[in-house]
Amino acid sequence: MNSAIRRLAVAAIVLMLALMANSTYLQAFRANEINGRNDNNRVRDSQFSVNRGPILIGSTPVAQSKESGDRFKYQRTYANGQVYAPVTGFYSYLFGRGGIELTMNAELNGSDPSMAFRRIIDVISNRPQQGGSVTLTLNAAAQQAAYDGLAGKTGAVVAIEPKTGRILAMASRPSYDPNQLASHDTEKVSAAWKSLNANKNKPLSNRAVQELYPPGSTFKLVTAAAALSSGKYTPESKVNSPAELPLPQTTVPLVNEDGKNCGGSNSATLTIALRYSCNTAFGTVGMALGADALNEQAAKFGFGARPLSELPSVATSQFPGDPNEPQTAQSAIGQFDVRATPLQMAMVAAGIANKGEVMKPYLVQNVKTPDLKTVSETKPESLHQAVTPQVASQLTAMMVDVVNNGTGKPGRISGVQVAGKTGTAQTTKERPPFAWFTAFAPAEDPKVAVAVLIEDANIPRNDIAGGTLAAPIAKKVMEAVLGQ
Amino acid sequence: MSIASTSVIQIIPRTRRGVELLLLVIAIAVSVGAYVNIGITVQNAVPASTGYYAAGIGLLALIAHFALRYRAPYADPVLLPCAVLLNGLGVAMIHRIDLGLAIVAEAKGKVPKGPAAPQQITWTAVGVVLFLVVILVIRDHRRLQALTYTAGLAGLVLLVLPLIPGLGVNLNGARIWIRLAGMSFQPGEFAKICLVVFFAGYLVVKRDVLTLAGHRFLGLDLPRARDLGPIGIAWAVSLGVLVFESDLGSSLLFFGLFLFLLYVSTERAGWLIIGGLLFVGGAYFAYMTFGHVHRRVTDWLNPWAIDGGQVKLGLMGQSWGGILGRGLGQGHPEATLYANSDMIISSFAEELGLTGLIAILLVYTLIIERGLRTALGCRDIFGKLIATGLAMSFALQVFVIVGGVTGLIPLTGLATPFMALGGTSLVANWAIIALLLRISDQARRPQTPAAPVSDETIAMAVQKA
Repeated sequence: MNSAIRRLAVAAIVLMLALMANSTYLQAFRANEINGRNDNNRVRDSQFSVNRGPILIGSTPVAQSKESGDRFKYQRTYANGQVYAPVTGFYSYLFGRGGIELTMNAELNGSDPSMAFRRIIDVISNRPQQGGSVTLTLNAAAQQAAYDGLAGKTGAVVAIEPKTGRILAMASRPSYDPNQLASHDTEKVSAAWKSLNANKNKPLSNRAVQELYPPGSTFKLVTAAAALSSGKYTPESKVNSPAELPLPQTTVPLVNEDGKNCGGSNSATLTIALRYSCNTAFGTVGMALGADALNEQAAKFGFGARPLSELPSVATSQFPGDPNEPQTAQSAIGQFDVRATPLQMAMVAAGIANKGEVMKPYLVQNVKTPDLKTVSETKPESLHQAVTPQVASQLTAMMVDVVNNGTGKPGRISGVQVAGKTGTAQTTKERPPFAWFTAFAPAEDPKVAVAVLIEDANIPRNDIAGGTLAAPIAKKVMEAVLGQ
Repeated sequence: MSIASTSVIQIIPRTRRGVELLLLVIAIAVSVGAYVNIGITVQNAVPASTGYYAAGIGLLALIAHFALRYRAPYADPVLLPCAVLLNGLGVAMIHRIDLGLAIVAEAKGKVPKGPAAPQQITWTAVGVVLFLVVILVIRDHRRLQALTYTAGLAGLVLLVLPLIPGLGVNLNGARIWIRLAGMSFQPGEFAKICLVVFFAGYLVVKRDVLTLAGHRFLGLDLPRARDLGPIGIAWAVSLGVLVFESDLGSSLLFFGLFLFLLYVSTERAGWLIIGGLLFVGGAYFAYMTFGHVHRRVTDWLNPWAIDGGQVKLGLMGQSWGGILGRGLGQGHPEATLYANSDMIISSFAEELGLTGLIAILLVYTLIIERGLRTALGCRDIFGKLIATGLAMSFALQVFVIVGGVTGLIPLTGLATPFMALGGTSLVANWAIIALLLRISDQARRPQTPAAPVSDETIAMAVQKA
């Protein structure tokens, strides 16, 4: 009998071990997955009650948690919320998070593994969990200028420091006030959320990175870069530039915006073609280079890859897959299926400004623990050498010419040489064209590259052009960065 | 010869009551510590009820201890402290859930329900009284053998009670409760004890015929067909529990107990295999045929599909606890349904973490293994079977409920021994511990001393061998 009892004793231990093994799997290995579930109110509630770290610009918080005295202990508040909302995002009890609040959540609430040591100290000393701070690369003056410039318009601005890739401004309008979503009054939050989502102007969307637009003539910079890089062209090369370029396989010709030939010539140089933004000239160049060369050049500037992991749902800019000849001509002038975010076009300008080297754009300068020990510091990182320094300086000279003598005149800054390119992208007859301006300054030692997109400005369709509408905003942003 | 001096170990029987007292003091200190800790973290103050709680648990434990000194001095010294620890921690956690639910109710502007912890302390007192009755009245467990068939009948009646209309109530989908004079009881908890006594008494008589007759098949000793009657009846009854009371846990418990005792009394693994197949077949049949059983299984396979399901909420709580836990009073165990009864293990896992959960499981393991140790040491077959049955009922019950709560097996409505809110289960478990202690006292008590054996006689005996 005793041997049977001994076997049962072993069996009982096996049962208990099975329980322990199962719980170990659950609590040690599956815990992260289950804690991250959307329907996990427990985790949400407790994270909502954490003293979340601030989001800073320099040493000024744009998002911070203040003691609220209610059941959540802390209220997230946003200073100048509308201005920074596209970057900070929001932190809502009911509707989750957006922007940096979402992507840097673990750092902000202190649960990131990089702060594990500090958390253990907190546990031992019985201090409540406290989050780390995230410092942004944004320049407050440039951000404000970008936001103000977009007043009354639908559009976005991105400014980048060409040498590092630091994002100096990222504005999108219409914007929203994240304080409305972070409120602890759930009824008001629900109402605000509902109306923001119902708004057809999509205030919750960060147009600078989440929406794709036809880049129009600003894409001619990419075509010009491909042409100069091919070795077959110089800025002085003459190309076919009639008022109307017949395209193969179609009866629809490519026409210049003003219906005339290029600066009085049917055979303009590349510099002149860029100065007047001649569609027929770049259509010709595009077809001569071929879609593959354009695609390759676009990819070197960042097309086809998702930039900026620090924000959620960042869109990937695209050059069309396998265009035929007329489609290639259209693509070469930024029409057909070419799609880009304002961030991408700012990267093109920044790449040219930085001697052809495109730096990886970033928004987070550093992450620090509550006691201000640096957890991580973002180092500038090269993405691609898009063009050689020689080609970059040729392109710079051509862009200077655009600003000094061509469509980009409204972007000029007194005492500072600006290099830029305008764009006016037509889509359908029903909606107004997209107005673009992308530029950098000072041309000889660039400190800032910027892209401005205006989606809608509530003005008559014929008055819309990148130069008149977008360039003044770019100018203000660059001035803000340059301290003028 | 040198072998002689090393091969004989003289066992000196010792009462070990001092060790028990020390362990009891530790168990009480841990429980009161938990209680105070909860007060400090939740209310920022040592709870005013600490004195009541400490005196309650402490006095009850000491009374039980002195009863053992007086009437069962050789009883196992580990069982009582383990029971006190689990009971004490259980009350502390029930108190913690009381506080959590009160906060939730307040936030919603509702009047909180009355606290459950004082009620559980009262039931602890009732349980200890029954403990004393068992220790003081049953001076020799062998007397219970005379009650074999009475116990069997009582067990069956208790099992069937919840099915009587007007008496039994449906709770959480299972019909294992009865309501009497405004209070709820789970008669199955006492049925368990009665059936163990019945199985033991029955098998003591029948084990010879069940052991000797039979034939071999595929290396297994299989019983004769006509000896299959008892196992068939046990199977049918447990299946009845499953079907009519919707309770997979109780069903598994009763049938498992019978099988284990059958196996121990006959030492034939064939019974386990036949029984195992019968149970699997019956459970599969029930799964295919009955909606409520089917639902339990689908809930288990995908707990995430049910919004606000207790298993889902419990698993989230356990994950939130992680390895070290949120700390007592610092999680949200009250967010889980039945956080102080069915899901109390989940509440512990949330606040004490995997570490605390494993510690609790080890205390259960100690009880089980001390119970089986008692069975090994017991000198009579009836006592061996009862001790085995009671210890294994613990093992099965802990496995079924903790396994259900942690997602290892489908959840069923068994009570977590000593911890879960609920009077019947608590009182029954105190009776079980008392019975185990009674048997262990007999097992460890020195026999009437034999004539002293000299080393030389042993040496000669060894040489001959």
